[in-house]
Amino acid sequence: MNINLTIIGQVIAFAIFVWFCMKYVWPPITAALAERKQKIAEGLDAADRAERDLQLAKEKAAADLRKSKEEAAAIIEQANKRANQIIDEAKEQASDEAGRVKTAAQAELDQEINQAREQLRSQVAALALAGAEKVLEASIDEKAHGKLVEKLAAEL
Amino acid sequence: MASGSGTQTSSEYITHHLTNLTFGNHPDNGWSIAHGAHEAAEMGFWAINLDTMFWSVALGLLFCWFFRKVAKNVTSDVPGGAQNFVETVIEFVDDNVKGIFHYKNALIAPLSLTIFVWVFLMNAMDLVPVDWIPFIASQMGVEYMKVVPTTDVNATLGMAFTVFGLIIFFSIKQKGVSGFLAELSFQPLGKWLLPFNLFLELVGLLAKPISLALRLFGNMYAGEMVFILIALLPFWVQWALSVPWAIFHILVITLQAFIFMVLTIVYLAMAHDDH
Repeated sequence: MNINLTIIGQVIAFAIFVWFCMKYVWPPITAALAERKQKIAEGLDAADRAERDLQLAKEKAAADLRKSKEEAAAIIEQANKRANQIIDEAKEQASDEAGRVKTAAQAELDQEINQAREQLRSQVAALALAGAEKVLEASIDEKAHGKLVEKLAAEL
Repeated sequence: MASGSGTQTSSEYITHHLTNLTFGNHPDNGWSIAHGAHEAAEMGFWAINLDTMFWSVALGLLFCWFFRKVAKNVTSDVPGGAQNFVETVIEFVDDNVKGIFHYKNALIAPLSLTIFVWVFLMNAMDLVPVDWIPFIASQMGVEYMKVVPTTDVNATLGMAFTVFGLIIFFSIKQKGVSGFLAELSFQPLGKWLLPFNLFLELVGLLAKPISLALRLFGNMYAGEMVFILIALLPFWVQWALSVPWAIFHILVITLQAFIFMVLTIVYLAMAHDDH
């Protein structure tokens, strides 16, 4: 327990160790710590930003989906409307056609009836004349009685 | 108490374990290694404790080597085990420095780290069983071997005086010679009681390194002494005392290293403070 030169030796050793630590140990390690701190801060920042972006993307996707659903619904509705319209048009056209066919047939029919009637009438007139001739056994003046018979036939 | 030097009385054993390996200029024997505490005392100031120097420098080199190795391969990515450990120590020291010392100074933090780790390592030699290294040394022909440098008052005083030098240096750097002298002379009782102030402040100033050194020395010396006393007991009962004392001592060695570091920071912060 004597105070001796050791004290100076310790001072020198201590000074060298402190100098070494200050020069070669402390700066690189604290620099690395600061750098890591920076990295972590940046990482957390990026994570925040990514989360925000994700949220936005989700919202956008939901909006897009809603919009396309609406569009699809509109298209379907329009198509339905168009289909109904086409059906209606077709029905109308069909009924028109039917009417036209019907009228044409009716006209033809009427014409044929009239024709038949004319024919019948003329034949009836001839028959009536022939019948009357037979009945009277006399020659009847065709000219004198023809008008009468035709009048009769027209009344049929 | 197997110290390998044959039959010994208890007091011889204790004295042996508390004697440094001193090399110096003996009045009778010239430059030689002292045989016992008495010869070491006769050598006076011009002698050096080889064991203290050896162990403290070896532990300091261990500190520098290990920390430098980590610092060289340091990465800001995921740190490995050694780097993790070193970073924990450095952040612990840095937190303490930042909490106490509010000035810009590139020296304080590395100084604190060196003090903390070096003193811790020197103190930790206390946990090596007291006879192991002295026994190996005696087998190699070295008579005395005190392995805990901080139980040598020279080691603690050396560090404390270095800190004291830094206190003076930063006081003068911060306040100028006149400012520093004014701080010593005109406080606490005004300029009319200048001699009294000067006396008071000088005592206060000198008490800093002395208390710093003696606190560490006293704690470690007492701890070492208890280990030596326990080693005097029969070998089959020693563990019952040495184990609890060693476990308790883990706290003491850490605490003393921490106190030495914190007081150094406080003193240097005071040196920067302007009154």
